[in-house]
Amino acid sequence: MSFEIEQIAELARLSLKPEEKEKLRKDLESILSYVEQLKGVPTEQAEPTSHVLNLENVFRKDEVKPCDIREDVLKHAPQREGNFFKVPKVIEQE
Amino acid sequence: MVQKKAENLNPPPQSSPHRGEEKGGGRYEPVIGLEVHVQLKTRSKLFCSCPNEFGAEPNKNTCPVCLGFPGSLPVLNQEALRLAVKIGLALGCQVAERIKFDRKNYFYPDLPKAYQISQFDMPVNAKGWLEIECKAPHLSPPPASAGGGKEGGMIRKRIGITRAHLEEDAGKLLHEGIKDGSLVDYNRGGVPLMEIVSEPDLRSSDEAYEYLTTLKAILQYLEVSDCDMEKGSLRCDANVSIRPQGEAKFGTKVEIKNMNSFRAVQKAVDYEIERQIRAVEEKEKISQETRLWNEAKGQTFSMRSKEFAHDYRYFPEPDLVPFTLSRSEVEAARKTLPELPTERAKRLMKDYKIPEKDAFRLVQEKKLVEYYEACVKEKVSPQLASNWILSELLGHLNQKGLTIDKSPVSATKTGELLRLIENNTISGKIAKDVLPEMLATGKSAEAIVKEKGLVQVTDAKVIEEAVEKAVQANPKVVQDFRSGKKEAVGFLVGQVMKMTQGKANPKLVNEILEKKLK
Amino acid sequence: MSEASLTLKEAVTLARKEGADKIIDSLSKRVREVDGKINAYIQFDPARIEKAKTKGPLEGVPVSIKDNICTRGWETTCASKILKGHVPPYDATVIAKLRQAGAAIFGKLNMDEFAFGSSTETSTYGPTRNPWDLERVPGGSSGGSAASVAADEAFAALGSDTGGSIRLPAAFCGIVGLKPTYGRVSRYGLIAFGSSFDQIGPLTKTVEDSALIMNVIAGHDERDSTSANLPVPDYTKALKRDAKGLKIGLPKEYFVKGMDSEVEQAVRDAAKVYQKLGAEIKEVTLPHTAHSVAVYYIVAVAEASSNLGRYDGVQYGFRAKNGNLRDLYFETRDQGFGEEAKRRILLGTFVLSAGYYEAYYRKGQKVRTLIREDFDRAFKEVDLLLTPVSPTPPFKLGEKMKDPLTMYLSDIFTIAANLAGVPAMALPCGFTKAGLPVGMQLMAKPFAEETIFHAAHAYEQETQWFKRKPKI
Repeated sequence: MSFEIEQIAELARLSLKPEEKEKLRKDLESILSYVEQLKGVPTEQAEPTSHVLNLENVFRKDEVKPCDIREDVLKHAPQREGNFFKVPKVIEQE
Repeated sequence: MVQKKAENLNPPPQSSPHRGEEKGGGRYEPVIGLEVHVQLKTRSKLFCSCPNEFGAEPNKNTCPVCLGFPGSLPVLNQEALRLAVKIGLALGCQVAERIKFDRKNYFYPDLPKAYQISQFDMPVNAKGWLEIECKAPHLSPPPASAGGGKEGGMIRKRIGITRAHLEEDAGKLLHEGIKDGSLVDYNRGGVPLMEIVSEPDLRSSDEAYEYLTTLKAILQYLEVSDCDMEKGSLRCDANVSIRPQGEAKFGTKVEIKNMNSFRAVQKAVDYEIERQIRAVEEKEKISQETRLWNEAKGQTFSMRSKEFAHDYRYFPEPDLVPFTLSRSEVEAARKTLPELPTERAKRLMKDYKIPEKDAFRLVQEKKLVEYYEACVKEKVSPQLASNWILSELLGHLNQKGLTIDKSPVSATKTGELLRLIENNTISGKIAKDVLPEMLATGKSAEAIVKEKGLVQVTDAKVIEEAVEKAVQANPKVVQDFRSGKKEAVGFLVGQVMKMTQGKANPKLVNEILEKKLK
Repeated sequence: MSEASLTLKEAVTLARKEGADKIIDSLSKRVREVDGKINAYIQFDPARIEKAKTKGPLEGVPVSIKDNICTRGWETTCASKILKGHVPPYDATVIAKLRQAGAAIFGKLNMDEFAFGSSTETSTYGPTRNPWDLERVPGGSSGGSAASVAADEAFAALGSDTGGSIRLPAAFCGIVGLKPTYGRVSRYGLIAFGSSFDQIGPLTKTVEDSALIMNVIAGHDERDSTSANLPVPDYTKALKRDAKGLKIGLPKEYFVKGMDSEVEQAVRDAAKVYQKLGAEIKEVTLPHTAHSVAVYYIVAVAEASSNLGRYDGVQYGFRAKNGNLRDLYFETRDQGFGEEAKRRILLGTFVLSAGYYEAYYRKGQKVRTLIREDFDRAFKEVDLLLTPVSPTPPFKLGEKMKDPLTMYLSDIFTIAANLAGVPAMALPCGFTKAGLPVGMQLMAKPFAEETIFHAAHAYEQETQWFKRKPKI
């Protein structure tokens, strides 16, 4: 099957260099061919597994617990302005 | 900051010729659905123990979990789920027996994990409804879900609620006035949200407005949220499409975002309906897209940032286990529901014999109906109280930009004023001047009446004297009256009032005059 | 003989008498001597060692940590460029537990980038080498953890296992590696790869050492919704000298044509030892084994692609220089991730994407159920499963790097345990003629680590493989 690598790279926010793109595309096609074997496995009776432990209803109480990591975090941030994280301008509309 | 008028106290503006069905010559039917996000009033966030509060210093209420730091894991806030069930029940939903959470994957700087933990195919609540009052449609039959009564061209209509699920809020981005960049504050990240999605049952911007006010009232009664659009604890997106009258198929749906008030939703929906009608009439294609409402320009604009069609790649959240909601738990929750607006309105109608329209008006805001009932407890006529609060009091508060909970005149004080009317101490007319005085000075009705000597004149002798004088001074008017012009008595009443500084009891004046003029 | 060559148990015993300082110095000396050749450590600095602040069962003895486990104040990079400079503001739960137990935090260990790999060759810090043969891989992704223990550069190390990342390196380096039952050890603070597969576990010189670490790190964590609320037994009490009463199954799907004959023989010989120790050996079947790798490279990789979305340069780690918002994402991620990471992100994104979700992701989850059921059925017949860990002995550096599938198939015997969530241990069961370690795998039903400890200890004490050390 043909792997639309550009579309997937866009979704995954990866800008691939041309050399990378071709190799990755081939690799992925090969891996996908390998996993195709699952098509032939009868699974009508099987429920999908999302969790291997049969745990349910794990909650926490609605309590506030102090956590003061702001400075620890901001001092290692790639870019900060005061107590904010800074990113390139986010344009929403004209 | 510009002080906004109390949001939902203004009655919906009169429909202009260009509203609703009249647009495009009535050839098109608007189809509207609303998606409302409501922040839940829990103490801590949805998946971590950071405070759930508005207005804290930037990035103060954060921890590795709500910052999405590598290695962090979510744990569900039990209270949030409890509130979600309450909301579902209040909205007539079926509460699911098994629920789970899913990841909604997309990239944006306010979304630290690059996915939002939400619910996809097993939400807490589904298939609910709420009732709004709206104009009886004259062009198209109401959807099958429409219910109930009629009153002066208004009907009560059921709007379906497709689902209401739990999810976490994202952080906040700041753009205004920031030099070469945008700033991110994650305090809001992780706050519990309920996403409430309506069926596309709304047919006009008025209905959309009604839906929002009704929904807000219900949520306020439940005390699950502040529902404050200014603080962002209630947000609304609209889906708008049009179709030719009589057509069953839906037209292309356009999503509208960035409306900051119920009024804005109404305007944006109206604009969008017109825009789509114009486009169709000019044979232009309507693209399925997201448009932003620009309040200043009064228009919707296509989003400039060309996002790829969102593929959220939903899959079950592996870091959270599934949850079961036993039927006995749900029934126990149902028992804790407070009296909801519709129920309360019906009770007011039954107990106080006030008209349906007034009852539903009063219940639209929890604080308002509480004010009303507190006032009635002051042993005044419920009908009098209802009329006075809805027209006089709210009228004045509106002008001052105050909501009922900020009223300088308490329910008790209003009750006092109304008692003075009922025991004939002052006339209704005088009372209309006393109220603004009370609002401005904070003084009690009694004090003002005393100070200004506004006590009604009920002494028959005094009135007879005045009547005598008026009759003597205006023989022609008396003649007019006696020769059939019944309305001439009004002039004479006016003269008597003038002579008594407006304090004569109008009823007595009329009685005495009538006798005199026989 | 330097203190560095002691087992953890011996080091703890010594530290209880003399304190831990000399032990720590000895270990530091050893690292300085050999790590230049092995490259097990990403971060090691004697001045940085965090000595124990409380007294506890580990008596101040140092433990080393795989670099995908958050250590507060220590850079934690997952051996990736994209996390260079990332300093966690918190400790993983297992780290807090180690500290409480009196362990010293010694250093951070090399790994495959984001745990994507079976050979520790995808690290941004260069490969770790196998102490038994420096031209060969130590296995992965916890290669640094295994190599450091095997080379006496650590008394014990923590690693993580998603598809075999503790067990394969343990086998390749001739040491003991345990992947606990899913949910036995908290994942809070483990930088996620496959959230429904990942577990932190110990890599140690002996089975007893493994039990000592498990006593410390296992247990319920209210910060991890997927952590089991079950009491932790004293695993050291499960160690026995014989295997009487144990039923051990050899699944026929794990002894396949094409696997290395020396490896197969070593494992079959181990079965004979178990018989001698009183166990009953029988053949069992796990019919869906062959599909394990395919399921993993759909489901685990899908989870990984989502888990790695957060690496965007906004809050921590690497950010591509200059550019607009689009560049922030695309360039940061393109420059920050290595090739294997990109491969898995693309694959995972694909199998979750619209139109493919049902055929790939959902299908994968269903086959996962079938694999779990295979184990459920097998554990009704036997207490333990005995299998090889790898189809081959340790391979040469670069040997499997050309074709990703070849690398993926190294995990063919280890992956199923992660799919089913069952506990699994790798321990040495011999050497090839060339002197390369061969490991065997013991698997038990969920939360039956004690059965594994029982059987593993009995075998280890009978065969004494752990006494043999590499000459570096």
